[in-house]
Amino acid sequence: MASQQQFLSGKQVQLLRSIGLTLFTLVILTIFLLPLAYGVMTALKTDSQLGAIGAPWYPASPVIFEYEGKEYDVYQVEIDGSMQNLALVKKGREASEFVDPANPEAGIIPWEGRWRQLEQAWVFDPVWENFITAWNTIDFPRLLGNTVFYAVLSTIGAVSSASLVAYGFARYDFPGRNSLFMLVMATIILPPSVTLIPTYAFFHNIGWVGTWWPLIVPQFFANGYNVFLLRQFFLGIPRALDEAAMIDGAGHFRIFWSIILPQARPALLAVTLFHFFFAWNDFFGPLIYLAGNPDSYPITVGLDGFKGLYEQMDNLIQAASLTAALIPLLVFFFAQRVFMQGVVITGVEK
Amino acid sequence: MTFFTPSARQSSRRSGRIGREQRRWGYLFLTPWLIGIVLFYLVPFVASFWFSLVDFNLANPEDTHYVGFANWKRALFEDPNVYESFGVTFTFAAISLPLGMGFALMLALLLNSKSVRGKALLRTLFYMPTMIPLVAAVLIWGGVLNEQTGWVNILLENVFGIQALGVNGVRWFASTRLIYFTLTFIGLWGVGNTMLITLAGLQSVPTDLYEASELDGAGFWQQLVHITLPMISPVLFYNLVLGVIGLMQYFLIPWVLNGGSGFPDGRTNFAGVYFFLQSFKFFNMGYGSTIAWLIFLVALLLTLVLFGSARYWVYYAGGEN
Repeated sequence: MASQQQFLSGKQVQLLRSIGLTLFTLVILTIFLLPLAYGVMTALKTDSQLGAIGAPWYPASPVIFEYEGKEYDVYQVEIDGSMQNLALVKKGREASEFVDPANPEAGIIPWEGRWRQLEQAWVFDPVWENFITAWNTIDFPRLLGNTVFYAVLSTIGAVSSASLVAYGFARYDFPGRNSLFMLVMATIILPPSVTLIPTYAFFHNIGWVGTWWPLIVPQFFANGYNVFLLRQFFLGIPRALDEAAMIDGAGHFRIFWSIILPQARPALLAVTLFHFFFAWNDFFGPLIYLAGNPDSYPITVGLDGFKGLYEQMDNLIQAASLTAALIPLLVFFFAQRVFMQGVVITGVEK
Repeated sequence: MTFFTPSARQSSRRSGRIGREQRRWGYLFLTPWLIGIVLFYLVPFVASFWFSLVDFNLANPEDTHYVGFANWKRALFEDPNVYESFGVTFTFAAISLPLGMGFALMLALLLNSKSVRGKALLRTLFYMPTMIPLVAAVLIWGGVLNEQTGWVNILLENVFGIQALGVNGVRWFASTRLIYFTLTFIGLWGVGNTMLITLAGLQSVPTDLYEASELDGAGFWQQLVHITLPMISPVLFYNLVLGVIGLMQYFLIPWVLNGGSGFPDGRTNFAGVYFFLQSFKFFNMGYGSTIAWLIFLVALLLTLVLFGSARYWVYYAGGEN
C-alpha cells in the first residue's frame, strides 16, 4: 500500500478500485446469465446441429455449395499454409477434389489428405421457426389461457381478501387481535404439506380434483403473507385521514375503499404482482390437483411434460422454456421498481 | 420485530358503544381469514394427524382402518427411505444454504459499494432470472450443464483444459459428489429476493460506524466481520429461517430433473420428494400424512433451535425484542 501511494494519488487509487470492482461484478454477471445465453442460442439451432460434432456454439448450418447442378458440403481446407473454405466435390480416401465457392471458374482443386479429418464450414443460420414449432407442439395458447385464468382469478381473490383482513388488523381494536396476528404469522412458516392431504381428500370427495377450483377458491380467504405485507403498509397511513373522513360521516367500508386503498396503491400493486407470479409459477398445486387432466394444465406443468417427451430436442425445449419466461420477464421490466420495493418491505419490516 | 401496533397495549378493552363497534367491524373485516384459517389450516392440520393414525389409501378408501401408531413406527423404525430422505435434505442444506446466502451477501455488498458503477442496471439484471418460471429455469440449466453438449463443459474442456466431456468428464447430474452443487447453482437463479433484502439491510447500517472504524485503520475484512455482519444479522437470520423452512419442502427442482427417481444413487430423494411420492403417486395418504407431520416437526424443531440461538448471534440495534 505504501509504495502504491507514492505513485498514485488517492483519486487514481479510487478510480482503479472502481474499474476493478465493476469489472469483477460484470464477470460474475456474465457467468450468472450464461445459461440464458445458452438457452437463446440453442433455441435457434437446427435439429441436425444439436448432435453434430464440431458444430459451433452459435446457431449455424453447414455451408452447402451448388456446383454444376449438385449440392456439395463445404470444408475448411489448408492449402498453401492458409485455411480456405472449399466445396468437396469428389471424395477419396487419401486424396480428394475441391472447388472454391468464391471462384468456381478456376475449376477442380486437387488435395492430398483424408477428407474425414477436415472440419465442416458453418454459417450463422438462426431457426426462428423453432419457437413456432415449440409453440404449436406444446399447444401454448391453451396452456397460456389456463395459466392466465388461474393467475387472474386467484390474484383477484388474494388481493381483495387480504386487503380487507389487513385493514381489520391495522385499524380495529378487538379482543384477541395480537394472538390472531401471531396465527397469521404462523401460517406463513407452516409447511404446506402438513395440511395438504386432508385438504386434497376433501376436494376429492366433493369432486373438485381435476378442476382449478381447489387452487382458486382458497385464495379468497386471505393468505398470511399478503395480510402481513398489507397490514405493515396500512399501519404507516396516518390515522388523521380516517378520522377526518369519519367526522364527515363516512362509514367503515367507505373509509377502507376511498381513504386506505388509494393511499396503499404501491403495496397493493406489489401484492398483486407477487401473487400473480406465484400463481404463474405454481407447479406443485396444479401438479396434484390437475393430474390426468392435460386440458387444464398451466404452462409449468405443460413444460414439465414437454421435457419428458422431447428429451433429445434441446432446441425445442429451450425455445419452449424461453417462451414461458417471456411474459414474466416483460412484466418485470415494466414494474421492477414496485416489485423490488415490495420485496424489501416484506424482508426488512419484520 | 414490529408485530404489535402501539395502541394494542393501551386498550383492547374499551367499553361502550365505540368498543362494541370496534369489535364488530374488526371481526367483520377479518371474516375471510377467520373462515380460511379454520377451513384450510386448523381443520386440515388436526385431520392430518388423524390421517397418520389410519391406513387410508385413496385408491381403496373403503378399506381404511385405525392402525394406531403403525405409520409412525414404519416411518421412524422400518422405512429406511425416511431417514435417507431427511439425511439427504440436511446434507443439501449444509451445502446450499451457506453458498446461497454467501452469494446473495456478495452481490449485495457489490451493489452497495461506492466503487461499483451502474448499480441500478446490475441490480435489475441480477434479479431478472428470479422471474423466470422455475420449471423453465431447470430446463435451461439442464441444457447448459449437459455433460456432452452444454456450454459449461465445452468451456471447461476447450478454454480451461479440464477434461470435462465424456464418461470420465464432469457429470453435473450423475455424480454423487457434484449433484448438490448443481442443484445449488440452479437455485442461485432465485437469489433475487435474498439479495434485495440483504441489500436493504446493508443500506440501513449507519455510515458513521464505517467512518469511525476507518479512522482506526480497519480494512474491508475487519469492517465486514466487526460491523457489517453483526449489523445485518437480523436480515441474515430472516433469510436463514426462510431458507431452512423452504428446504424442508424442497421438491420442484429435483422433480423436474428426474421425476422423483432419486438419481444419482438416491441423492435427490429429498423429504419433500418422498412425501409427494407416497401421497400423490402411491396415494398412501395415511403414511403420507405421517411424513408430512415429520416434516412439520423437524421444521418446527429447527425453527425453535434457530430462534433459541438468535440471542447469541443476532444483534438488534433497537435492543432486545
